[in-house]
Amino acid sequence: MRPSDYPPPWSDAEAVTAPGDVEPIEVGVLVVGGGPAGLAAAIRLGQLIASDPETAEALGDVPVAVLEKGKAPGSHLLSGAVVDPDPLWRLLEGVRAPGDLPTYGQVPGEQVLLLTSDRAVRLPVPPTMRNHGNVVVSVSQLGRFLAEVAEEGGAVILPETVGQSLLVADDAVVGVRTGDKGRGREGEELPRFEAGSDLRAKVTILAEGTQGHLSLAAFDRFGLAGSSPQTWALGVKEVWRVPRPLREVIHTMGWPLRPAARYREFGGSFVYPMGDDLVTIGMVVGLDYRDASVSIHDLLQQLKTHPRIRPILQGGERIAWGAKTIPEGGFVALPRQLHAPGLLVVGDSAGLVNVPALKGIHYAVESGRLAAEAAWRSLTGGDLSSYDTALRSSFVWRDLRAVRNMRQAFGAGFWRGSALAGLATVTGGRFPPGNNPTESDASHEIFSGDGASSYPAPDGALTFDKLSSVFLSGNRTRDDQPSHIRVATRVPAELGDLWVNMCPAQVYETGPAGEDGLVEVAVTPSNCVQCGAITAKGGRLTPPEGGSGPEYTLT
Amino acid sequence: MKIAVCVKAVPDSATGRRIDPASGRLDRAGDLAVSDFDLHPVEEALRLRDAAGEGEVVVLSLGPAGAADAIRKTLAMGADRSVLISDDAFAGADLVTTAHALAGALGREEADLVLFGQQSADGDGACLWAAVAEVLQRPAISQVAELSVDAGSVTGRRQTEYGYERIRAPLPAVVAVSDAINEPRYPSLKGIMGAKSKPQETLGSADVGGVQAAQTTVIALSAPPERGDRRRLEDGSSAPEGIVEFLVERRLL
Amino acid sequence: MKTLVFLEHHDGAVTKPSLALLSRAARLGGETCGVIAGSGLKEAAASAGAFGGSVIFAADDERLAAPLPQPRVDVLAGLVRDEGFDTVLFAQSVLASDIAAGLALRLGAGLNWDLADIEEDGETLIGKRPALADSVWVDVGWTATPRLGLFRTGSFDPAETGGSAEVRDVTVTLEPHSQLAELVEPATVDEQAGPSIEEADVVVAGGRGLGGPEGFALVESLAEALGGAVAATRAVVDAGWYPYSAQVGQTGKTVSPKLYVAVGISGAIQHKVGMQSSGTIVAINKDPNAPIFDYADLGVVGDLNEIVPRLAELVRQRRDA
Repeated sequence: MRPSDYPPPWSDAEAVTAPGDVEPIEVGVLVVGGGPAGLAAAIRLGQLIASDPETAEALGDVPVAVLEKGKAPGSHLLSGAVVDPDPLWRLLEGVRAPGDLPTYGQVPGEQVLLLTSDRAVRLPVPPTMRNHGNVVVSVSQLGRFLAEVAEEGGAVILPETVGQSLLVADDAVVGVRTGDKGRGREGEELPRFEAGSDLRAKVTILAEGTQGHLSLAAFDRFGLAGSSPQTWALGVKEVWRVPRPLREVIHTMGWPLRPAARYREFGGSFVYPMGDDLVTIGMVVGLDYRDASVSIHDLLQQLKTHPRIRPILQGGERIAWGAKTIPEGGFVALPRQLHAPGLLVVGDSAGLVNVPALKGIHYAVESGRLAAEAAWRSLTGGDLSSYDTALRSSFVWRDLRAVRNMRQAFGAGFWRGSALAGLATVTGGRFPPGNNPTESDASHEIFSGDGASSYPAPDGALTFDKLSSVFLSGNRTRDDQPSHIRVATRVPAELGDLWVNMCPAQVYETGPAGEDGLVEVAVTPSNCVQCGAITAKGGRLTPPEGGSGPEYTLT
Repeated sequence: MKIAVCVKAVPDSATGRRIDPASGRLDRAGDLAVSDFDLHPVEEALRLRDAAGEGEVVVLSLGPAGAADAIRKTLAMGADRSVLISDDAFAGADLVTTAHALAGALGREEADLVLFGQQSADGDGACLWAAVAEVLQRPAISQVAELSVDAGSVTGRRQTEYGYERIRAPLPAVVAVSDAINEPRYPSLKGIMGAKSKPQETLGSADVGGVQAAQTTVIALSAPPERGDRRRLEDGSSAPEGIVEFLVERRLL
Repeated sequence: MKTLVFLEHHDGAVTKPSLALLSRAARLGGETCGVIAGSGLKEAAASAGAFGGSVIFAADDERLAAPLPQPRVDVLAGLVRDEGFDTVLFAQSVLASDIAAGLALRLGAGLNWDLADIEEDGETLIGKRPALADSVWVDVGWTATPRLGLFRTGSFDPAETGGSAEVRDVTVTLEPHSQLAELVEPATVDEQAGPSIEEADVVVAGGRGLGGPEGFALVESLAEALGGAVAATRAVVDAGWYPYSAQVGQTGKTVSPKLYVAVGISGAIQHKVGMQSSGTIVAINKDPNAPIFDYADLGVVGDLNEIVPRLAELVRQRRDA
């Protein structure tokens, strides 16, 4: 059976509504999401406003507002990350010196390893993955830094505030309604209940990151979906304090993932130094995998036991953990356009991620900048379609197009996929020709396999269980609130198992099978770190009360 | 009526709280947030002001310069202004130092009512309100779970080990409220957006009458004493007796 | 060294923690005295001497009838000044902590609180206290005398020395500001079934292992036998087996009773942080690998349905004997 056979009780139309009767709050440009894309837009707008105060008057008293659902910008940001700093330096020209950017320095050296259960074979670094000139960052720290810059430029950042529904009037986006606060488990109003507000804006920029809640609703409402569905990978990572510095950026492929085509296990791991005393290690696996017993959190734990990897962490201490999905569909899965009346979509919400190069942050920043410029031009009569035009002429489009068929190639298994990817690289994307479609992650048949049989039991020193990991993410979600997770609650045991194992935060549990052969799915929403995996595999994550979720600082 | 609320900005628990081995003091690096316990007196002050239809709520704090951002949340909740006493000279402040500094700032305000939260989330247990009341030479009521103000006096229903009692004191008075008194409101969006334009004053040590030297010191840190041997009982049938024996041994029965 | 111990009293008797502190202080060098303040307390003062101290100062005055802190600051400050005490010790209570803080400012003296013990190093005193949810211990000191110390509840046990102390009357002079607060309604206990979980000395908590809401009958029975409060894990509260007000853990309440009995609880860290500083932890669980056994003082592997009823019975037998 397939996860898509049991769709969640959710329709994207639920996140679209007409403006309400209560007096709205007016802002100029509303940015939903305080990550690199949204903050880049806010920063760029601040610069444009400063350069032309007269035109800026059209934006009113609050020219730029940024909604952030986490406790603060950075709280929900997670990535590797090795970043191409050029777009950031260009954005911050005149506002900050290049040295001000919070980084862990340039990539010291690189290794790509093909792992087997007990060995590591060094491979030549593929051209798509060369990182010369790039820097290692914590995207969470980067977010905090960019938020400071944005605020200095005049943006108002509203933390712990969720963009709950798109306000649409006369077929145009006129703003966003924010989420309620202070509802109890059954939805009842608790003593400190605070209803969400209507925020009206001339332009709304959706920068919600992976599987943006409003972005998905917007694609549906305005028919923006591309020819191929978006697909995602789930990344689970940790940060360790280590006694010996790591001197290179490492990417691995192969073990513990299984190469045979029927498993569809595409992905790999990264190990990056963060200065001399910190290391970040993560496992990224496409959510089109088929074995219901697969747990990416446990694959990460297993990875750490490899003889080439274990010594890196020996004597160290785990200090952070987190999980988040990454859009993987690339070029062919991009929406056919990223604007609608009153609306622009940027960053991961738009799917601007280069999977073979594992890069997305600099595209997010560039798309945020271009969206800001298009929004600005719209104040003097320009059309928001100029954003799409600018994006298509940018390096973002060029890069994504060149690698457009690589990921799909891996659907044919690791070896064939590598060969095809190599071909695509060498020909700069001209071969294989055409645009190979993607298939949605939930559309693949699943089966109960034995992937989990080799996962190590958590020892509390090198390997860890999910619950203590959730704790380390800083997650203190208030549990006396309505569940924000939409899933079918009576499903075949295999699907239940898929979800139980997939979720890195142990949100799902299943009971015994009933007479109809289906199991009851129980959800513990307060564990949820809002990674989004469930949305890819048959359910739908919606945003919980603002401020809920992890409090990442080093991820 | 002017109500002053004394709050403390403490390290946000997500970024972790630890003691700096070098100084022996709480490591205050990292994001600060107003202690959860201190949101209750802020909420109570707002309710009193709103019920009266007039008045001013001013929030005071002794802390590092970075505390100003944390305190802005109280302005977003609805407080009218804030005063931060911030000066390197106050590093290592203890009860005596802190009480004098706050009393110095409160002296400038001449509030009718001074509110405190019941417990500091990081320091645990210091009765700052009693110390401040002594310096101000005004009456103090602590552990207040219910508060009412009328005709120049404040009455608090307070919780002690022996039950609930009611104490009344003439204004100006100092009151410490427990977390049972109310549920602090979420700041509204309008509140958050308006907070930036509310006055946030910073005072130095000279503005509050100098620095009273701390009278206590931290000498050393150590690991907690071992919890003692952990024991295991595996035989279910004799377990109940075994548990009783253990409890008796530990003087718990 | 000359030490003064504040002796709190209630219903005509000195409280156990005060007597315990007096016993401990009497073992310090130099002279130790106690002070009791209230109205009509001659008997209580006389009985206190059996626990230590050479002199028990009795401030017996109508104006001290109400258990208010500020007048007591006046009494103690006067004694420190007149008798030359260099050290004043308090056993934690709502009243004592208010007095200690007020007295610290009156005397301009250092106050170290939450102390678990005190050590002498010649004329120097070193206080020992836990910090950061008991994860670390700190040695604290004073820069000058007089020095004030406030001790956590349960730090010591009262020990009769077999001696007696002289009871001396104290003349009471009160500051004007100390007389402003007045007791309008004396303490009355609210109707409730047992102590609240944050204040109880004993907490019995139930988790998933109970199997269903009916399992809480066992937990309640044991709590009743032990004179404790009932708590629950997040999982069972989520499942609707017990109310949210009883939830202990990261997103519930934090408790640190003298005894915490965990019944059918696996002990994941989200629960642990809500009870890890309990004095003694007893865990009953049928899974020998449950994480709770990593930090319970007594781990009992077995069937709670058989163990808990029998345990409650045995406890009741002892109690009623």
